[in-house]
Amino acid sequence: MKLGFYPGCSLEGSSKEYSQSLLAVAEKCGVTLEEIDDWSCCGASAAHSLNHDLSIALPARTLALAENQGMAEVVIPCAACYGRMAASQKAMLEDASVLKKTQGFIDMKFLGNVKLLTVFEFLQKYIFPVADQYIVNKLNQKTACYYGCLLARPKELTKLERPENPMEMEAVLEKAGATPIDWAFKTECCGAGFSMSRTDIVAKLSGKILEDAADRGAESIIVACPMCHSNLDLRRPEIKKQLKKDINIPVLFITQALGLSMGIPAKDLGLKNHLVSTGKAVSCIVKKEA
Amino acid sequence: MARIGVFICHCGENISATVDVEKVAQEAAKLSGVAFAMDYKYMCSDPGQTQIIEAIKEHKLTGIVVGACSPRMHESTFRKAAEKGGINPYLCEMANLREHVSWVHAKGDATTAKAIDIVRMMVQKVKQDSKLFPIKVPVTKTALVIGGGIAGIQAALDIANAGHKVIMVEKAPSIGGHMSQLSETFPTLDCSQCILTPRMVEVAQHPNITLHTFAEVESVSGYVGNFEVKVRMKAKSVDMKLCTGCGSCWQKCPNKKIPDEFNAGLSFRTAIYTPFPQAVPNKPVIDRANCSWFQKGKCGVCKKVCPVGAIDYDTEDEFLDLKVGAIVTATGFDIKHTDFFPEYGYGEFKDVIDGLQFERLASASGPTNGEIRRPSDGKIPEKIVFVACAGSRDKAKGIEYCSKICCMYTAKHAMMYKHKNHEGEAYVFYMDVRSAGKNYDEFVRRAVEEDDVQYIRGRVSRIYEKNGKLIVKGVDTLMNAEPIEIEADLVVLATAVVANQDAESVAQKMHISYDKHHFFAEAHPKLRPVETNTAGIMLAGACQTAKDIPDAVSQASAAASKVMGLFASDEMTREPVVAVVNRMIPPQFTTCTGCLLCMEVCPYHAIEREEILDRRTGEILKIAAKVNAGLCQGCGTCVAFCRNKSIDLQGYTNQQMLSEVIALLNKPF
Amino acid sequence: MEKPTDKTHTPSLRKRMELEIGVLPSHCYQCGKCTAGCPLNEDMDIMPSQILRILQLELPGYEAKLLGSLSIWLCLACDTCYSRCPQEVKLSQVMDFLRQESVQQNKVNPKAKDILKFHQAFLETIEKNGKLNEVWLTLNYKLKTLNLLQDVNKAPSMFFKGKLNPIPERVHNVKEIEKIFNKVRENEGGTK
Repeated sequence: MKLGFYPGCSLEGSSKEYSQSLLAVAEKCGVTLEEIDDWSCCGASAAHSLNHDLSIALPARTLALAENQGMAEVVIPCAACYGRMAASQKAMLEDASVLKKTQGFIDMKFLGNVKLLTVFEFLQKYIFPVADQYIVNKLNQKTACYYGCLLARPKELTKLERPENPMEMEAVLEKAGATPIDWAFKTECCGAGFSMSRTDIVAKLSGKILEDAADRGAESIIVACPMCHSNLDLRRPEIKKQLKKDINIPVLFITQALGLSMGIPAKDLGLKNHLVSTGKAVSCIVKKEA
Repeated sequence: MARIGVFICHCGENISATVDVEKVAQEAAKLSGVAFAMDYKYMCSDPGQTQIIEAIKEHKLTGIVVGACSPRMHESTFRKAAEKGGINPYLCEMANLREHVSWVHAKGDATTAKAIDIVRMMVQKVKQDSKLFPIKVPVTKTALVIGGGIAGIQAALDIANAGHKVIMVEKAPSIGGHMSQLSETFPTLDCSQCILTPRMVEVAQHPNITLHTFAEVESVSGYVGNFEVKVRMKAKSVDMKLCTGCGSCWQKCPNKKIPDEFNAGLSFRTAIYTPFPQAVPNKPVIDRANCSWFQKGKCGVCKKVCPVGAIDYDTEDEFLDLKVGAIVTATGFDIKHTDFFPEYGYGEFKDVIDGLQFERLASASGPTNGEIRRPSDGKIPEKIVFVACAGSRDKAKGIEYCSKICCMYTAKHAMMYKHKNHEGEAYVFYMDVRSAGKNYDEFVRRAVEEDDVQYIRGRVSRIYEKNGKLIVKGVDTLMNAEPIEIEADLVVLATAVVANQDAESVAQKMHISYDKHHFFAEAHPKLRPVETNTAGIMLAGACQTAKDIPDAVSQASAAASKVMGLFASDEMTREPVVAVVNRMIPPQFTTCTGCLLCMEVCPYHAIEREEILDRRTGEILKIAAKVNAGLCQGCGTCVAFCRNKSIDLQGYTNQQMLSEVIALLNKPF
Repeated sequence: MEKPTDKTHTPSLRKRMELEIGVLPSHCYQCGKCTAGCPLNEDMDIMPSQILRILQLELPGYEAKLLGSLSIWLCLACDTCYSRCPQEVKLSQVMDFLRQESVQQNKVNPKAKDILKFHQAFLETIEKNGKLNEVWLTLNYKLKTLNLLQDVNKAPSMFFKGKLNPIPERVHNVKEIEKIFNKVRENEGGTK
């Protein structure tokens, strides 16, 4: 059975590193991810804000494509895409009238038999069982694991064990030889889609997150959402101005952190593409003892 | 020859407005076997009943049918009248013309025809009625009280003072319950232990009360007036007769790291221990699960230092078989703990505590000797935030109900803190203030007006820790939904009251009903709050639902009065509408084949296996089923299951039921 | 449920919301937990719990205030409110509904115009390409808002880090996407 992959628009654009590092880790561990052919945008915040029917229909198209292409499971690394695809699937499966209407819009049949995997579920199921043999380095640094909103809520869709203080990312980071810290802003909102329309709000909210991580001694922040990454990384100058503090903690994707522990070179993981330099984080790495 | 009397009631207009009652009486008079028929406005009234009594005598009636309301209303009324008239009360039947006819149909011919049909059915049934006599059951005048908290103590004392014997079983090593953990009680701010311990001692010393602590009920069987209860007396490892309570043993016990249940986990205790200094009995027990001797075979210090040789590691659990006439269930409650709240830290913040933990901090005999200090670093908090409604009234968390006592104890806690720390700041985040008892609202006003407790109306969304403080994110909905953030030194959650963890298994052992929250079910929420649906078992205290001490005590006394009513006579009478397995002369004895299917399906465990023996040789001639008339509730399940109809229900025999059906199908003959 | 088109017998905003999204404002008992935990509570003009109160009470004049509020556009659908609400009220769905009503009734708060334009620019890009192209989105947004100089200084560094891709990725069957948009529009019997 094929393991499908839905990168979503951000992973093809400004968060290319997420996709790059995910595929590198998967390849290292012998896992093949097949991109859904001709996938389209999930609609993100714009669709559900402006048009309810559209917000169900756009993801439905890609879900139907995945079904038709014989995929049993689809990995959706982008937290927002996962949220939208899962919400659309749930709406259609729970209400036959919604299913019928949406099938009418997309002009495709949909059965609902594709299982959607978050990046954590993917790592747990496919990477963890074989990871140990590939992990050669210890990240050797204090990391603040940042989940943001859509990896934690709504809890019916995200299936985290402790939605208010999750430990799924921490488990990955521990495997990678890092020391995840205990901190208070794991699931607080970063400002989401306001990057352009209300940059001040992003600066404020992401600023609070960055500040707490810095106060508690984090040397890097680990994320699993391209929006959160963009807000914490690309908007760092605005955050610094808002906080009046010069905080330079780098922000890494979870797959980049894992990839580093597997000895994959930094440039193959897209670490050079961040605005906030990841150099210090990379330099902390030591070889794992035998 | 049957001479049936039919009495049709107008029930004011309740029946007569919809049913042509005169016609019903006229048609009834035409039925074969009916010697007299009449209709009247209020059959249940004094003149109405008098008419029945006189008609029975005058017309020499052999049975009567009263066409009126539901038998649940007035069956006993009319049966008494029948008895006064001189016939067996079970030869009186009611035809329900109100709930089954006039209240559910519109006026018309079809409705009157239905009324006539029902009367015809009941006339046929009465013709087949046999005289039945109430069953007398002896009563054992000893009561069992399960649970030694304030409710159990009150019930036990009331029953014992009335002159009856009481056995009290408490699972902890001491009686006292949660009330013994409290510092002060609302609304008087009385010292809890000061008002409780005299009662505890009274129980221990009362000549009519036998106290078993560190014991649990293992099984309950039997029926009202005649319960058989097996009690497991857990092995204390200490001989209670020899022990003087000197304390040498627990002072020397090397296992000092066991979380202390009495102090709500805020301190540690030893493996051999008394739960608190004022314990009754004030003699220690060994917690074998945490004792080095029992777990690893090492130690034995307590035995060595005991001056009277009271320690015996070889004791085992013992069992008591008790015969009691009534049981009072007073097993109390539990509260949710801080780990129930993901948004308040999953119980991982040391300085976020629950109400009982605060009581222990404030208590003079508590882990901090009555000084309210932070569990994390022992400092005295300058700012405390109290969160009311933590978990209660919360559908998302599965607890939709209100826990009733938290508004009051939160006000109390805030006041206690302010009394000990005049300069401290106390904030209460609340949704409503529920202070409906006597002097209760005045108590809460005192907290606000005299002790400067700041009440903020709004729920707390989240609490997290930063730099040794707890950041509380709440809101003031009265100030235009203004978000309020407080940096507190200590947070007290008024957590939801819940049933004990083992409430379900206790209820199942006792065969009493319980609801989805495992609170025990009262027989009727309005009119029978202290009885259960199981005759002879009463409820007292918070095991029924969250309640405060005055209500628990009231309910306990009420339960005791029910017990005393039961014990008022030496015998109890029960309705004879019970199942009976047929018996006949030897050699057949009975048509019952002893398959005992009825025994399996009886919901009341009222059927036993009987061995019919040869009188001379003692040889078993036949196995048959036998109904315990004391337990049987007349539900008829056994009758339905019996393969060869050997068991029948008195008052509702198969023959009677069949004749009703035939009467319904056949028009008058 | 179809949206009613007869204005003279239009059910109230609350009734329509209850029918369309199945959220019942009566369930809210105004505890305020949503407001307490909302990350935007410092910036909103009407607080989340107040929004529900307005829907509950249906006092005259407040509906317009609600639809013209900034709050409904500031809501980021982070679901903190819903995840902690003791009565499980789906407030984020209420916000979506109010946003759509606000656009339909042309009552969008002037301070929220930029946010709306961003969403509209986003959807236009999807309709044309099936996928998002960030450069196009940015240009489209700038044209709508005339904030031509915003983030202009970021462009070079982003370009060199490979984050700007001026050539749009397109879905092959982009016509399908267009059809979906059109069908949805038709179904509503009006503009989006």
